[in-house]
Formats: sequence, structure tokens, C-alpha cells
Amino acid sequence: MSAILPPSDRLWWKQPIDKVEWAWIAIAFVWGMIMFGMMIYWHIYGKQNLSNEAYKTTPELFAAKAEKFIAENTIRTETDQDIPVVRVPPGGDGYLIARLWAWYPILELEEGQTYKIHLSSMDYNHGFSLQPVNINIQVIPGYEHVVKMTPTKKGTYAIVCNEFCGIGHSWMLGRIYVK
Amino acid sequence: MATTYRTCPISGMQFEDQAEKLMRWNAVAGVLWLLVGGITALLVILTRWPAIKLLPADQFYLILTAHGIDMLILWILFFEMAVLYFASSVLLRCRIATPKIAWLGFWLMVVGGIITNVAIFQGESSVMFTSYVPMQAQPHFYLGIILVAVGALLGTCVFFGTLVVAKKDKTYEGSLPLVTFGALTAAIIATFTILSGAGILIPTFFWSMGWIKEIDAQLYRMVWWGLGHSSQQINVAAHVSVWYLTAAVLFNAKPLSEKVSRFAFLLYILFLQLASAHHLLSDPGMSAEWKVLNTSYFMYFAVMASMIHGFTVPGAIEAAQRRRGFTNGMFEWLRKAPWGNPVFSGMFISLVSFGFLGGISGVVLGTEQINMLMHNTFYVPGHFHTTVVSGTTLAFMSITFLLVPVLFRRELILPKLCQIQPYLYGISMGVLGLVMMGAGTLGVSRRHWDMAFSGAPFQYEWPGAAYLMMGLTGIFGVIAVIGGGLWILLIVGSLLFGKKLDGGKVSDKPTPIPSNTQAASAVAHGSDHVPVPGTVVLALLLFVSFVLYYFVNWKYLSEVWLLS
Repeated sequence: MSAILPPSDRLWWKQPIDKVEWAWIAIAFVWGMIMFGMMIYWHIYGKQNLSNEAYKTTPELFAAKAEKFIAENTIRTETDQDIPVVRVPPGGDGYLIARLWAWYPILELEEGQTYKIHLSSMDYNHGFSLQPVNINIQVIPGYEHVVKMTPTKKGTYAIVCNEFCGIGHSWMLGRIYVK
Repeated sequence: MATTYRTCPISGMQFEDQAEKLMRWNAVAGVLWLLVGGITALLVILTRWPAIKLLPADQFYLILTAHGIDMLILWILFFEMAVLYFASSVLLRCRIATPKIAWLGFWLMVVGGIITNVAIFQGESSVMFTSYVPMQAQPHFYLGIILVAVGALLGTCVFFGTLVVAKKDKTYEGSLPLVTFGALTAAIIATFTILSGAGILIPTFFWSMGWIKEIDAQLYRMVWWGLGHSSQQINVAAHVSVWYLTAAVLFNAKPLSEKVSRFAFLLYILFLQLASAHHLLSDPGMSAEWKVLNTSYFMYFAVMASMIHGFTVPGAIEAAQRRRGFTNGMFEWLRKAPWGNPVFSGMFISLVSFGFLGGISGVVLGTEQINMLMHNTFYVPGHFHTTVVSGTTLAFMSITFLLVPVLFRRELILPKLCQIQPYLYGISMGVLGLVMMGAGTLGVSRRHWDMAFSGAPFQYEWPGAAYLMMGLTGIFGVIAVIGGGLWILLIVGSLLFGKKLDGGKVSDKPTPIPSNTQAASAVAHGSDHVPVPGTVVLALLLFVSFVLYYFVNWKYLSEVWLLS
């Protein structure tokens, strides 16, 4: 009779399904298809899709590329640690290093321009969490992720690390300027 | 091996001696881990509460690692072992297969749990529950988890073996009861989960010993989540089974349709494991096609399964209540339900929280693009506290109120407090989940010690609302800890000091489940069909909330920077 006894009808799979149950199953199925279609729709028409462009790399290789980029594009330094502020050429490539426990360097972007930002980690997993926009991307050592970004508003933005990376995790804060 | 069978005078259930001891020990071990997990929960809450910030950073990360392991692995797995033995040996009224191996599994889990906890509390293994490489813990951190997994695998095999014993001894006729079928689902998922876990933790253990040079960080995340997320799907299958069990015991409710409920469990087996992808949506290493296909459990078939259970469980209760004569209006069946019985109130709060809070937030969080708004924010623990805690833990707590008299043969102490406990714990945990998700929506990070970023070269000021949400997290977190502590007190108190109850008749032979051919012919043509309008209304309410919240998040996403 009940759910803790064997089905009273030995041929339970031949019992008809009630209309209301069928209707609910249909609703659930159609809703699932809509949600599935929505992700594909957004890939075609949406403007916020995470890039698929990624390469295997090593910390040394990535650091070398980033240092070259920094050397060529630095416009000033900031804070008592002299962190370089690097102007990314509009439409061009920018590099952002995640390491224990800093985001390096500071990037300067322009509103409405599209940039290819290369992300990778020198050591552990880190989390790129752009605030207050609230875009969150995993940064993994050994992988160079090329994310196309177009800032939509001027301002000073923070990059919070939101993947646990050890004792200094809570002070791993970076910065992006949008002019 | 000689054994005896006891027929419980309260429930009519039959307990085999060995199975009974195993269930008791596993349940008690689970409760003790819940105690450790609860103490660490309090410390975590009091540190993340910005106004208090109790622990220093190193201790916070240590305690948070312990909280994850002790709750998500140890409390839940031990209790699930008891559920598996119950669903096989008790419901099928047979002896348990190879009790010695079951005991070996139990002790492996105990020893493994202790070893991992020792590693954590020694302070060199604060790597969080997920232990992402290349961050390295001490070797015995991994070793302990491997032992727990081996123990759990042995327990799962004993469950499978017990099904075979019941079939061979002909203790039941026809198909497995639905609850046992649900437990079988959990056990099959568990087998997959444990093998994934072995696939990643054994190499990681070798790596920590220096025998392997490197483990790819992306590969680790993918295989580890085959363990990490699938283990939560064991919980879903287990607590859905517990819902059906509660409905059956309290209301003598029968499933609206055996076929539909079993089909939904089958969908779990086929598709739930793909959810490893939920944690990789913002990762570099997978293609968009892979993400879309996997995150949706191959087109949301497992979500459909959960929506089906969300309908058929309350539907079965409604039908049973209406048969008893509670037929007035849409909701008399629900109003006149035994709200003063913690077995029911806990189960129903678990059902509603899991559906409305955990289920909806989980699907939204698992949408490929929307995930970027929430990945690694406080939204994530907010979501899983409404699934694993409000859903699974609360369901396990409420069924324990039934197990104390039936399995442990003790009367519950302080019945008034027992009545209050599910409300106190369930409601505070639900609100806790909501405010955590609120903080995450505002960007607040999970696993983060300091919202003020002291020591950073720059400053960032979170919005005031984020501080408000974190303050509320603190308040409701503390209430939830009190609710959980109350449960431990009531259960342990009842086991120690509750009035001893009569165990019932003991026999050398099992009494098989009586065959029920008469009723079969009546049921076969749906002659006792009862409409369930109240459940339809509840289900539509869930659906409307689901659709609204889903599209609100697409709206949020459309407002951020452009990404391609």
C-alpha cells in the first residue's frame, strides 16, 4: 500500500498516470527545455558570455609575457609599493597576474572599448571578483584565460580574490580604472 | 550466523539484531560529528559576523575546513549508512548481509574521520573542504578521507548484498518498496561518487607524499567535483526517500503513482552526476558546449525529477489526508496535519525549504552565464545551506524523532521542546540561507576572513546592505546553531535518560511481509483515485517563483560589463 511496502499492484508499471500528474510532468519538461534554450539563446544574442579562449601555460611563460606588456605600457606607479598602472591599448591585450597575495599590475581601461584580458595564476587557484560589478571568474595556475571585456561605466573598480589562497587571501585586493 | 528479529510494538517494523546495532552506532557517530560540526559552525558564524570577528585569520580558515569536512562528509555519511541499513534490512524484513564487513566499514569511517580531523587541527591542513591543488595539506588529511570513502563503499556494498539476501530469502513479493528504491538510487550514486573520489584523492595523497610530481589544477577540480557535487546528490536521493518514508509512516500515504516516482529516481541515477560542471562554469578549461550540456544535467532532466518529487510527496500526503475525511476546501488536509509532531513539521519544512530556496537557487546558480554573478560569492554557501542543511539535515533530524522510540526504544524527553525544535532550526536556517544569498548577490566572497581588507594596498568599501546581510547572517546563524544544539541535546538526552520502552516480541526467524493480493486488484484500475488540488496550487506557486527569480537574474546579468 504505502511507500514502505512493495507496490500492492505487482504490475504497477501498467497503472495509468493521472492527468494532473501528466500536466505537472509536462510543465517541468517544457520549463527545462526553456531554461536549456535560454543558455544557448544567450550565447547567440546575449552580451555577457564567458570566453572560451584558454591556453595551457606555465607561470614562467605567463609572467614573461605580462612583464613585457607592463614594461611597454606603464603610465605611472601608485601606492608606496610602486605598483605600475598600465594603460591597455584600446582593442588590445592586457595581462593580469594573480599571485600570493596580489593582483598585478593595475589596469587602466576606457569606457566602451573592448579589451582582451589575459588571466593566469602564478601559484594556487585564485578568484577574479570584479566589484562592485560582481563578475566572478576562476583563475587557475597553468591556464591562460583570455577574457574579452567591455567596461560600460567609468569608475574605480576593485578585484577581490574570492578563491581561498592561504593566510593573505583577505588582503589580496587589486584595482582597475575605467576612464 | 545466528541472529534474532524484534517486532517493534509501536511501528510494527521488524529489526534484525545486527542491523539494529549497526544503525544505532552509525546514527550516534553521525550525531557526534554533527556536534563537532555545530561548534565549528558557531565559530565560523561569529567570525564572519563583521561586528564580532571572533577568530584570527589562521584559526578561521582551520575551523572552516573542519566545519566543511565534519558536516558535509562525516555527519551526513554516517547517518546515510543508517538510512541504507534501515531501507534494506528493516523495510524488507531480512537479515543484514555480512555484518562483519559492515562493522569494518563503520570503523574505517570512524578512524578515517578522526585522522582527517587530527590533520586539520594540527594546523597544517587548512585547505578547505575542496582542497584544490596545488595548495597542499598534510598526507594524513587525504588518507583519512580515503579511509572514510572505503568504509562508506563497504557499507554501500552491504546494502546491495542485503537486497540480494531479501530476494533470496523471499521476505517480500514483487518489487522493492519505493523508499528502498530511493535508497538504492542513493547507493548507486554513492558508488559513482566514491569511485570519483578515489580517482582524485589517491593521486593527491601520492602527490602529498612526493611520489607524484604534479597534478593538473583544472583536472583536479573536474574530478574532485565528481565527488564533491555527486555526494550532495546522494543526499538528495536519501532525503527524498526519507520524505516518502515519513509520509508513509505518519499518513499511511501511498505514492500517487509508483511509476512516476520511480521514474524520477531513475532520472537521478542517469543525470545527476553531471553536476560536477556546476563548479566549473567560470573556469577556463572547459568549452561552452560542455558547460551547457553538463550543467543542465543534459537538458534539466534531473531538475524535472526533483520537480516531480516536489509534487508527488505532498500530493501523496494530501491524498491520504483526503481519504481520512479532511476534504474541506483546498487546504484542510494541510491545516489539520500533525504540526505538533516534529517528525512531520521537520519533514514538511525540509520539503518546502529544499524546493523553494535550495532548488530554485541551485538551478539559477547552475545556469552557465548567470553563474558569473555568483561564482565563489557568499551566494554559494547560502544555496547549499538551503539544500544540504534545510533539506537533508532537517529531514534526517525529523526522522530521528521517530527513530528514538522505534530503534533506540526510548521515550523522547521534553516533548514540548521537541515540538519547537524543527521550527526553530528550519526557519532560522531558511532565513540564514536567504540572507547569505543576499550578501552574495552584492558580491561578498565566501571563505573570506576580512570584509575590510586590512593590509591590502587599496581600499574597497562593500555597500552598506552587504554589511547588513552579514549581520543578519550572524544573528540567524547563531539561532540556527542553538536550534541544532537543542536537537543534539534532545536526542542524546533521550538516549541517555528517556524512559525505556518495550522492545516487543523477539523471534529467531524473520516474519515476511504479508502478500497483499486482494488490495492489488482494487488499486489496479485507480478506483481509489483522489484529486489533489491543494498540491497543484503549491506546485504552481513554486513554478511561478521559479520563473520570476530565474528571469530576474538574467536581467541582472544583462546590466554588467560586456563579456565575450
